[in-house]
Amino acid sequence: MIRSSKRYSLAAVVAFAALLLVGCGKKTETPAATPPKAEPLKIAFAYVGPVGDGGWTFAHDNGRKAIEKEFGDKVVTTFTENVPESADAERVIRDMASQGNKLVFGTTFGYMEPMLKVAAEFKDTKFEHATGYKRAANMNSYDSRTYEGAYMAGIIAGKMTQNGTLGVVASIPIPEVIRNINSFTLGAQTVNPNIKTKVVWVNAWFDPPKETEAATSLINSGADVLFQNTDSAAVLKTAESKGKRAFGWDSDMTAYGPKAHLASAIINWAPYYVKTTRDVLEGNWKGDGGVWWGVKEGAIDLVSIAEDVPSETKARIDEIKSGLKAGTFNIWKGPIKDQSGKEILKDGETADDKFLGATNFYVKGVEGKIPGSK
Amino acid sequence: MIWDTYALLVAASLNAGTVLAFAALGLLINEKAGVVNLGAEGMMLCAAMAGFACVVHTGSDGLGFVVGMLVGAGLAGIFGVLTIWLGSNQYATGLAMTLFGTGISAFVGTSYVQSTLPERTHFQVPFLSDIPWLGNALFKQHPLVYAAVLLSLAMIYFLNKTRQGLILRGIGENPDSAHALGYPVRRLRLWAVVFGGSLCGLAGAYLSVIYTPLWVEGMVAGKGWIALALTTFATWRPGRVLLGAYLFGFVTMLQFHLQGAGVDVSSEFLTMLPYLANIVVLVMISRNSDWIKLNIPASLGKPYSPSA
Repeated sequence: MIRSSKRYSLAAVVAFAALLLVGCGKKTETPAATPPKAEPLKIAFAYVGPVGDGGWTFAHDNGRKAIEKEFGDKVVTTFTENVPESADAERVIRDMASQGNKLVFGTTFGYMEPMLKVAAEFKDTKFEHATGYKRAANMNSYDSRTYEGAYMAGIIAGKMTQNGTLGVVASIPIPEVIRNINSFTLGAQTVNPNIKTKVVWVNAWFDPPKETEAATSLINSGADVLFQNTDSAAVLKTAESKGKRAFGWDSDMTAYGPKAHLASAIINWAPYYVKTTRDVLEGNWKGDGGVWWGVKEGAIDLVSIAEDVPSETKARIDEIKSGLKAGTFNIWKGPIKDQSGKEILKDGETADDKFLGATNFYVKGVEGKIPGSK
Repeated sequence: MIWDTYALLVAASLNAGTVLAFAALGLLINEKAGVVNLGAEGMMLCAAMAGFACVVHTGSDGLGFVVGMLVGAGLAGIFGVLTIWLGSNQYATGLAMTLFGTGISAFVGTSYVQSTLPERTHFQVPFLSDIPWLGNALFKQHPLVYAAVLLSLAMIYFLNKTRQGLILRGIGENPDSAHALGYPVRRLRLWAVVFGGSLCGLAGAYLSVIYTPLWVEGMVAGKGWIALALTTFATWRPGRVLLGAYLFGFVTMLQFHLQGAGVDVSSEFLTMLPYLANIVVLVMISRNSDWIKLNIPASLGKPYSPSA
């Protein structure tokens, strides 16, 4: 009696183990491609979230699809979703390099160290790291000026808020995010100098339940226009269900909240991805460099502006876009004060990339303190 | 204005606590019968996935909840057969269930990540919701929030005042005596486990259909584990479980509220607060080992096979 039940137990455990292996694997997808005559360039992408987030990773995947569209048979692209920013990333990226991928894109800040390590071992493979700052002979970093999108969104927010209180659902307190909060506030202040911005940190890039709770809490505290630096559409959906307004971030999120949506500050990775792939195919790729592209290079845009935004605001947005493309308009131009009233930029002084890259202060009008600062 | 904010905070806490309440009440029934189901997280995830998928395809919330309950019950049934009839270790099997549930829900759910649900209805209790402060705080919730309260009251009645409740508790305290009296201990334990699983399933479905109407892998984010801890620190009493669930919900919403109010505490600390609160209360309870011995179902976690 006991012996037979032990056998059943063993069978059950083996069955479970088999199912575990099936169920717990990460999803990889290889699109079907007819074998071309010349050996195609193998390109791999590591994503921090799911392609279905409708935000950050979705935007990167659109860039990947642009590469396929442009180069067809000459490339084979693959991607791996939900690669966490931890030791696991190193394993996945090393796996990608050892499978013959000659161009590897890592799409989040946290992959920086893992990619550096793997780059040192795979000298023939070219690595491209998003939003980082460390490079190598075979590794570049690239980034987009998301703060330009944030600034333009801020202008609309400043116009559309009915009580002068804005809310930001922020992810992780790194300079990029703090810069976006500041740029959003600066944009709003050009319309209404008395705007207040409340910030709630969820300490994650992608966590829809937390983002929903954070958005609810901001609305409960009085904010009527929400902005986000997180990767999913949860904030917009929460605004929709509570009758407030919000923005899409990284990708066009109109479909997630048609009534609440004011505009989407999107990133278009296609120009950079296509250029990089072309460089590799033609043998012009150089490492140890970095780019920071914005509206000028076609990497950032503010799209799908809502119908009820006044036409003079829309005109102002267009004016700013042309100014950015021509290089004549500067968002970070003094006088700009920080929270304590100290002048960070004097009248007419403009910020350079180094200054912007190290943003660790809130501008006047933002409430609260940056986590981890003294 | 400031009072309004607090009313909304209370309302948000009730909403947040309901998920935990259902899961913890289900686990309470399990544990009263003497079975510890560590697979709560996996069951909640699978039910959240199934419930969400059901609403995407049929548009009916009610059907989504039913499907969630069935999935929870089904997984719990598998767990029950393994631990009650085949005598496998309850803790290990429960953990395996969690891993399995996490993986399979993520795998099956990949195609639903971008789906959206039709707009959620806003519920209000007819006259009570017009009361100045209490109306906003207490009476504008989804019906399931009130169902959780009723369920907890029903459980108090069931466990303490009915014969069936007495039998259930008896099985949890001393299965050998119950068996000697002629009660089908294993079958009754299985029913308890399946019922408990269906409540965990309901909690999962509520999470993905009402609370955050999206599907994302891992969206339960540890609430299953919190529910397990909750049953212990509420010393296996339904009323306390409910209060504990609302406490956790309150601390979760409070941390965002404090950040928004510009309170000068690190956001990482505030994120940690709900889990810390749980640990602190657990430690306080465990210091009195007599209290634990008085309240814990005596055969909790121990495998049972009838000797006759």
